[in-house]
Amino acid sequence: MKGTEQGAAPGAAAGSADDGYVPSARRRERERYKRARARRATALAATSTLVTGAVLYFVITAAPGWPRTRETFFSAAYARLALPKVLDGLLLNLRLLVVCGAAVLVLGLLLAVARTLRGPVFFPVRALATAYTDFFRGMPLIICLLMVVFGVPALRLQGVTTDPVVLGGAALVLTYSAYVAEVFRAGIESVHPSQRAAARSLGLSSGQTLRFVVLPQAVRRVVPPLLNDLVSLQKDTGLVSIAGAVDAVYAAQIIASKDFNYTPYVVAGLVFVALTIPMTRLTDWVTARMDRRRAQGGTV
Amino acid sequence: MSRTDDTPVTSPAPATAGGPVLRMESVRKTYGRGGTVVLRDVDLEVAPHTVTALIGASGSGKSTLLRCANLLEEIDDGAIFLDGEEITDPRADPDAVRRRIGVVFQAYNLFPHMSVLDNITLAPRRVHGVPRAEAQERARELLARLGLEGRADEYPDRLSGGQQQRVAIARALAGRPRLLLLDEITAALDPELVGEVLRVVRDLKEDGMTMVIATHEMGFAREVADQVCFLEDGVVLERGTPGRVFGEPEHPRTRQFLQRIIEAGRL
Repeated sequence: MKGTEQGAAPGAAAGSADDGYVPSARRRERERYKRARARRATALAATSTLVTGAVLYFVITAAPGWPRTRETFFSAAYARLALPKVLDGLLLNLRLLVVCGAAVLVLGLLLAVARTLRGPVFFPVRALATAYTDFFRGMPLIICLLMVVFGVPALRLQGVTTDPVVLGGAALVLTYSAYVAEVFRAGIESVHPSQRAAARSLGLSSGQTLRFVVLPQAVRRVVPPLLNDLVSLQKDTGLVSIAGAVDAVYAAQIIASKDFNYTPYVVAGLVFVALTIPMTRLTDWVTARMDRRRAQGGTV
Repeated sequence: MSRTDDTPVTSPAPATAGGPVLRMESVRKTYGRGGTVVLRDVDLEVAPHTVTALIGASGSGKSTLLRCANLLEEIDDGAIFLDGEEITDPRADPDAVRRRIGVVFQAYNLFPHMSVLDNITLAPRRVHGVPRAEAQERARELLARLGLEGRADEYPDRLSGGQQQRVAIARALAGRPRLLLLDEITAALDPELVGEVLRVVRDLKEDGMTMVIATHEMGFAREVADQVCFLEDGVVLERGTPGRVFGEPEHPRTRQFLQRIIEAGRL
């Protein structure tokens, strides 16, 4: 039905010049063929989706352990029991995301800037920043977490917190700032040297050039990959549960370990997915918007 | 930033000393480890309120000469003086030197994330400490002078090449430079847009701006320059008034170069 509308519309639009255009038989035949091809493709896609879904359903439900699995992982009663507690725990994950996200962005930017400083005076700064990013980018997050969360309290330093939430958050910041620093650095290096030359020839110092000319362009370019890292950080806040902080994952674990029913884990997992979806859509939207700007001939 | 009301907005900052604005003495510049010589023993004197045109094939060293004068490149030997003061002295502050020199690039190099007005007022506000309102007023005056009224709030990517290049000229003039360096500023433009940019340069000459222009527009160089320098392989082979260099070139290489230009229909 949409096809017939389309068939008529271009004729009307072209006819705005009032040249009495009538679609030729050739054009009508082509459009008939295209509509038929589109119908066939849609039908094929729908059928294959249905078949795949049906096969998966039968394979899983026909599995010998299915009744037991359904009870252990997908029990409605346990889901109802777990959901409020998991949501309570989720507040901690959200707080961690906001605080750690902000810290990661600031620290990452500082590290990236430190790595792009030129001149022999800055060698130690550059070397330190490089060593930091190399180290924490290579270190598995879970090992970093264990070392910070259990290692720091073991030192028994006076005045240093033993709060697992703070320490877990610190470990997340350590690892993620190394990733984000590399994203920022890529952005900084993607700004063309001629921009720097133009700024310097106006008399701007190297610091002013970085602040007013290079960073604003660099940050704009790396917004999509940064949002991607924030989505990743969002789900990794769940790892602070290994330190004993009662977040969504730990709340699920408490219920699960009481009766050996894993439904709370599934609930917690789905809650995280539900949380990251808006963020992922936001990333898509920002990326699409920037692509459109570029397509319009923007140099950004 | 004192300026009497009858001087045009585009006129240069007043001289601090007599003598040439720019002087180069036996400047030598090499690139890379292999030491490709780009400038060899270059001498140059640019008197106040005059226009010097640098002509020569691509790769002859015109752009490098301009970049050295602005300290975007460090020279290997020789010395460069701005208003009689040596700027190639390692004790000189390069930012202070660049504040007194305006540069316009072949590819405009406007800041794409800033509006036209912000492009022009960036250096006055951040480098020269001019209050925002005053900087904006002067920027609007400059835009009006360059035929860009009503473009202040546009972003560079919405402008034509000729308009972008005129904004770049306005940006270079906003710091009231003593000297303006123009690096093949029409080379990236469509032929029908070249005229509007060259007209601006002509007006600047009228206002007494001291300029060094690297250019492939021989007709323009002939008309606007007080001094023409022909460069080849980093050497100034020939210099003189445009009438002399274009009319009776002495060096065979100059004659050959001009012949090729004529054959290409560009003179």
